[in-house]
Amino acid sequence: MAREDEFLEYVQSGGQVETDDWMPDEYRARLRKFIEMHGNSELMGVLPEREWILRAPTLQRKLALTAKVQDEVGHAQLIYRVVEDLGKPREQCLDDLISGKSKFHNVFHYPTKTWGDVGVIAWLVDAAAIISQKALLKCSYAPYARIMKKICWEESFHILHGRDVVLTLMLGTDDQRELVQEALDRWWAPLMQFHGNPIPTDEDPMYVWRIKSQGNDEARQQFLDGYVPQIWELGLTVPDPELRKDEKAGRWLYTEPDWDELKHVVTGHGPKTADRLDLRRRARENSAWVRSVLLAA
Amino acid sequence: MSERAQLLLAVADDELILGWRDSEWTGIAPFLEEDVAFSSIAQNEIGHARALYELAARELGTSADELAFDRKPEEYRCCELVQLRLPDWEHTIARHVLYEEADAARLERLKASDDAEVAGLAAKIDREEVYHRLHAQMWLDRLRDEPPFAAALDELRPLAAAVLEPELRNGDTAELAELWEEMTMVRRSQPAGTKW
Amino acid sequence: MGSLGAARSVIYEVFRQERKGQAFQHAGSIEAPDERFAEWYAREQYGRRGESTALWVVRRDALQPIEDFVDELNRNYHRVDGYPLKEKLKEARERAGTTPPRGS
Repeated sequence: MAREDEFLEYVQSGGQVETDDWMPDEYRARLRKFIEMHGNSELMGVLPEREWILRAPTLQRKLALTAKVQDEVGHAQLIYRVVEDLGKPREQCLDDLISGKSKFHNVFHYPTKTWGDVGVIAWLVDAAAIISQKALLKCSYAPYARIMKKICWEESFHILHGRDVVLTLMLGTDDQRELVQEALDRWWAPLMQFHGNPIPTDEDPMYVWRIKSQGNDEARQQFLDGYVPQIWELGLTVPDPELRKDEKAGRWLYTEPDWDELKHVVTGHGPKTADRLDLRRRARENSAWVRSVLLAA
Repeated sequence: MSERAQLLLAVADDELILGWRDSEWTGIAPFLEEDVAFSSIAQNEIGHARALYELAARELGTSADELAFDRKPEEYRCCELVQLRLPDWEHTIARHVLYEEADAARLERLKASDDAEVAGLAAKIDREEVYHRLHAQMWLDRLRDEPPFAAALDELRPLAAAVLEPELRNGDTAELAELWEEMTMVRRSQPAGTKW
Repeated sequence: MGSLGAARSVIYEVFRQERKGQAFQHAGSIEAPDERFAEWYAREQYGRRGESTALWVVRRDALQPIEDFVDELNRNYHRVDGYPLKEKLKEARERAGTTPPRGS
């Protein structure tokens, strides 16, 4: 018990942990699960955007969107390598993802319906993600903190791309402006749920172990601070009549997100969950022989 | 349309449609490292198409995007090999091997062109294609004795000649028409000239 | 089985140099069947956005980690605290009747 206490004190005062260092079983288990979910999310995040790679309306957009999705696959590679070095092989992670045993973030369970979604996702969903990811730069587990640097750098291009798509649409035809507003109306609820239900940081094991260096609520507030002004300045509306900033308290007020819905979606019941896992499963089955020839996997 | 423009469009259309097909693997390639790698190949192909369209566009008084998106399927000059939808890896790599081989020969001809702009662009493209050929070769070396791949190579080989010989091209297939529908659906939803 | 024999996934470590003159730093690891694939994958994963000027790619099992360093007998001559100058300098100045130069 003393060794665990020492470890806790170590990480709480900023200590870094490497792959072969001793770590408490609980720390290793929670860490691996957290990182695995991140890897799953990057891999599943590819699927909503893939369709639009084929429908991109200019060569520049086609290239930028393909590069963005490619980055996400690259992130999955970086992340699963970290999980593998923590003891769980990539193929096992993929097995658990496809069978529904392990989870991925809520936003990737929803459909993308228009080109407006492409802009809104790259601008706002990636923004929400980058807030969490910047907090992970200080993760106590060093190999993960290190890959977050590359991930954050690449994400910054995604947000630029998203913003560019949205601005171009907002300067375009009435139909194009409507694409953005309509997409925003659909994505607002998942965005508000993205950072998770509010848990006091001292009750959040991820924070206690300094795997996360930021609480869920703090992340959400940061997102609202950064992006609601950007949304409003374009003349777009947010579909929440309660949304406003209480300047005195320094906090955004909003309609409480539906936390039951979040749980329902993340446990595999989102509108597109089954379809997307099925696509992954079939792609994986069809290429199994390739992996066995090349990787003996 | 001048012979030069026709030639540029044939090569550009090949690279565009092949790039479009190859980009379909982004996110679902056999394993992650290859997924990232193959996506770069697809992006390079689109990039080559863009550069070739830009050259033709100057002559034709239009833009690369208009050439890439705003023609009818029957106006594309790409060969059948690139038009095929190939949803399995063995066919995709077989096509990659065959196309890179034929394209290498085509690029040699273009590099020797009297037209300085065409020769210059061909040289630039070729310097990137070196890496594509390396990629095709390393996959060929690993898969050549595998029955599914060997079969795919045999199946597609007859279509490779048309990469080099435009006279062998039969024009657009039903698969190209389907791809064109998807490719242009967003763009066609608004009047010509709308910015995206 | 393939003319090159059955492949196995191998882990390669990648080191990158961001700009000429800078040190190579560990960037991450990739899985590949062999050196040729590893080179292709490393170039794309760590260079497609032009973020590196050079890469070193090496099999993980070719690296030798060293994490134990011994100094049982306190080798202070390897550290700054092994050279206590302050007292001696004070005494030497007193003997010479000089005052310390400004700023020392």
